[in-house]
Amino acid sequence: MSIGSVPLRYLITMDIDRCMRCGRCIENCPYGVFRREGEQIRVNSRPCTACHRCISQCPRDAISLEERPVDYRSHPVWTTEVREAIYNQARSGKIILAGMGNALPYPIIFDRLVLDACQVTNPSIDPLREPMELRTYLGKKPSRLRFRETPGGDIELATEIAPNLQLETPIMIGHMSYGAISLNAQLSLARAAHETGTFMGTGEGGLHEHLYPYQDRMIVQVASGRFGVDINYLDRGAAIEIKIGQGAKPGIGGHLPGEKVCADVSCTRMIPLGSDAISPAPHHDIYSIEDLKQLVRGLKEATEWKKLVFVKIAAVHNTAAIAAGIARSSADAVVVDGFRGGTGAAPRVFRDHVGIPIEAAIASVDAKLRQQGIRNEVSVIASGGIRESADIAKVIALGADAVYIGTASLVAMGCRVCGACYRGLCPWGIATQREDLVARLDPDEASVQVANLIKAWTLELSELMGAAGINSIESLRGNRDRLRGYLLDDGILKVLDVKPVGA
Amino acid sequence: MSNRWGLEEMQRVSIDAAGIHYTDLNREIKRAFAAGAREITLTNVLGQRFIADGLRGDVSLIIRGVPGGDLGMFMSGPTCTVYGNSDHASGNTMDAGTIIIHGSSGDAVAHSMRGGSIYVRDNVGYRAGIHMKQYEEKCPVLVVGGSARAFLGEYMAGGLIILLRRGEDGPFSERGIGSGIHGGEIVVRGEISPECLGVGAKVAPASSEDIGRIRPYLERYRAVFGEDSVIQLDGPYTRVTPSSSRPFANKYVWE
Amino acid sequence: MCGIIGVVDRDRKGMSGASIKQALSMMNERGSGEGAGYVAYGAFPDYADYYALHIFFDNIRETKPKVEDIIERWGTIVHDEQIPTYEQPGIRKVHIPWRYFFRPDPLLMPRSTTPEEDIVTHLVMQVNSSVKGALIFSSGKNIAVFKASGWPEEVADFYRIQDYKGYIWLGHNRYPTNTPGWWGGAHPFNLLNWSVVHNGEITSYGTNRRYIESYGYQCTMFTDTEVVAYLIDLLVRRHLLPIPLAVRALAPPFWDEIDRMPEVEQQLNRAIRLTYGAALMNGPFAIVIANQDGIVGFTDRIKLRPLVAGECGARLYISSEEAAIRRIEPDIPRIFMPRAGEPVIGRVAS
Repeated sequence: MSIGSVPLRYLITMDIDRCMRCGRCIENCPYGVFRREGEQIRVNSRPCTACHRCISQCPRDAISLEERPVDYRSHPVWTTEVREAIYNQARSGKIILAGMGNALPYPIIFDRLVLDACQVTNPSIDPLREPMELRTYLGKKPSRLRFRETPGGDIELATEIAPNLQLETPIMIGHMSYGAISLNAQLSLARAAHETGTFMGTGEGGLHEHLYPYQDRMIVQVASGRFGVDINYLDRGAAIEIKIGQGAKPGIGGHLPGEKVCADVSCTRMIPLGSDAISPAPHHDIYSIEDLKQLVRGLKEATEWKKLVFVKIAAVHNTAAIAAGIARSSADAVVVDGFRGGTGAAPRVFRDHVGIPIEAAIASVDAKLRQQGIRNEVSVIASGGIRESADIAKVIALGADAVYIGTASLVAMGCRVCGACYRGLCPWGIATQREDLVARLDPDEASVQVANLIKAWTLELSELMGAAGINSIESLRGNRDRLRGYLLDDGILKVLDVKPVGA
Repeated sequence: MSNRWGLEEMQRVSIDAAGIHYTDLNREIKRAFAAGAREITLTNVLGQRFIADGLRGDVSLIIRGVPGGDLGMFMSGPTCTVYGNSDHASGNTMDAGTIIIHGSSGDAVAHSMRGGSIYVRDNVGYRAGIHMKQYEEKCPVLVVGGSARAFLGEYMAGGLIILLRRGEDGPFSERGIGSGIHGGEIVVRGEISPECLGVGAKVAPASSEDIGRIRPYLERYRAVFGEDSVIQLDGPYTRVTPSSSRPFANKYVWE
Repeated sequence: MCGIIGVVDRDRKGMSGASIKQALSMMNERGSGEGAGYVAYGAFPDYADYYALHIFFDNIRETKPKVEDIIERWGTIVHDEQIPTYEQPGIRKVHIPWRYFFRPDPLLMPRSTTPEEDIVTHLVMQVNSSVKGALIFSSGKNIAVFKASGWPEEVADFYRIQDYKGYIWLGHNRYPTNTPGWWGGAHPFNLLNWSVVHNGEITSYGTNRRYIESYGYQCTMFTDTEVVAYLIDLLVRRHLLPIPLAVRALAPPFWDEIDRMPEVEQQLNRAIRLTYGAALMNGPFAIVIANQDGIVGFTDRIKLRPLVAGECGARLYISSEEAAIRRIEPDIPRIFMPRAGEPVIGRVAS
């Protein structure tokens, strides 16, 4: 072992008595942890990523995994992560790329917010028996209605309503591109979105022809790389989303390494096989807010003002003011992506240190838009770090219209959040383009799993709303009176416009 | 469809764009095209953005005046001929077709262009050809008769930029040429000041083979802009290409 | 909690406050003796053209001059008087009720299309949010509000409402949970010509309040009912919605019902829900709202609070309980129960 090598991260052990030497672990591990030596199966734990594929496939439960079997001397400042990052950079002299979302133990605001329930002064509503409305419309709403009298003396609507997307649940599936994830993964998500009456994002990798049957449920993304973007692509989507930034790495662009650009990905993205797909920050035609307006309008003009245009930004310090600018740009929705948002690969220093949590960002965006009297100009979509239905209820109460889920939908398909997406060897067939691995993900099965998750969360949301005596989601939206902060400081309570517990 | 344009006799119509909002103007263009017009002249154009945005099909737009930004954005097939200058980002994410500017163009012309060709008789602004890209038979071409400002072909991922620098002598010395280029090529008449070469770009004199390859575009340039646009076909030409198709591969290490 | 009643005489005939007191006291089981109130339309025929600002003062010496100073910056006080009260065993007079008849100067709100009303609204918001010890609890023309902490009969006798005549009366019997004993917390809530009595709790209050505040209203009374008055003012006076459509915005049909409507109706209802989603009132409620032209009563969308209506000649009654109506009109020919979310409207003849 040379200077800078680090102890094992995971230790795999085999219970020899249980193992039947069937070799499934060998077949299933793309990292080469297992190999056969004569009658025995040998283990090399070092390449293990804790993806749990072997464990899930072992018919005898013979495999066990231990994290960090070798301790460093414990130290509150010089953590294991800090030390290992230094070893890595001392060796390489490079920027560290890492997978998944923010990995620092910041307190999670969601977990310090509690929801309300009715007792006596108003009744809870049982969603099994009574109507419960989660239907959500995304898009521009007029700030007021005008009516005119017909010659016959009837009152008729004079205000024209802009196109809106109709969702049967406020849960949408966020943008994960083909390239970052496999076609089978995208197909599964698309079918689930179709099944549950919601929408999913294509990500910035274009729209594969196998997804055309679901195009009415797809929001096509236009990022700075403009991969796969042409007029047909824009026409196919139910809506168009301009990606300005991403919560996992605000201020920097995206980068799909050439090795993930296989023939099919290259075709969908319309770039040469094996070339890096680089989406720089910023868009080259957006160097200022009026330029954003121009791109929004350019997209609307191209699609004859029939398509909604969303704008996605990473949650940063000044998000509220930026959102107000977006609301004035003709955009129909602003997507705010919090700093816990996932990604296939991001520089560790950005992933862990740049941006703000979604809870605070949504609260301030909603407040700012109301202050300026432009809340109806845009819908507000929260994304980045939505882990369960309670998070959704809370973020809607803080002012969001709907949410995007990303990582959670992958977990529903088997993802174990091992964070090695960037390796391109995802043993679950999700974040990979290797054919044999992709084939492991069966869209028939995975789409049901994802749809189940959305249905389950939707049910839980109904129950939470019913308990709060609310039978329509618009009465939860921005209803911060139904939240209380538990051990949150005064500053953050003020930002959230939420009272402390007991108050 | 109304025959207010007299389409029975001819496939040409003219639209007076004076004071018309771009949305209405584009609607008029599409309506005329649907009614059979194959050559549409827009007169008195002044600042209208998005002309021919998302327009598909075989139609020629003659634009008299100064179109605003994003001329021919997402355009797929038509030809736009501008008699005047054009504003920023002409040919933004254009897919197919031709834009011809009898004058100069603003910043970021041919931004993210993926197919078709753009001919600018005179000069272009900053970041011309930024992030142009190609795929299979689609290879966008930007031909500039005059000069260009800094960051020419920045982030270029494919396609061809030809910069003719009519009337200019000495080395081309605008900074950041081909900065971040990872595909495609930039051919510049004359030499390039070494300090102006962008990160990730490499430079070499153009070979006779290279010159042969760009010759059809030069001839088209001359055909389009006429004899008074006489250009020097003989070199020396300099060619800028990516030093790697993975310009950032060495910046990162995995966790 | 709470009992409500409203009556309108569509021929504009004045009714004395005596019978509404009796009717309301029929519903004492619904209250707790900690708040009751009444409003009479047509109460001040001599000052009918002036805004009758009703104010609770905690302290005449310190607060009153401050408030008058603010009022006079916006127009002229034509007349003012202490509201006569008569000692009752159950009522502790913690405020001095006063009324001002006020003429706003429209030139002071030059950009407004309804300058007088905007001035009065502004005055109410300003005084209630910034002057400690003063509360403007009514601000309409020709409208008298009587409220205090006590049982309905006591409050009625405290103000001797039998001495006033109105062509519209609303009454409210309170069972408070939030601000017991506070006079400002008693209903009716009034702004300009709008008065509201409310039974129930609005679970969407947080959403409604933030919505209404973005239009410059300020909620200062710590109760959900206040927001109803402002919502109605916004929808009807400022957005010019016809009353039935305003009620539709507050208690709209369900989406599945809208989906089954004919196309044109669908569009209208979808537009209302999209535009006024933040005005939708959720939770259990029965409400009667009045303005100078009539009364309207409605309940929440799933009828979690009771509401009955009755018609007798020119008079329309709306109440939590039938008995209260029959206390006034024993032989009323028609009693009916409105559907959830559907307004019962009694308009005075114009």
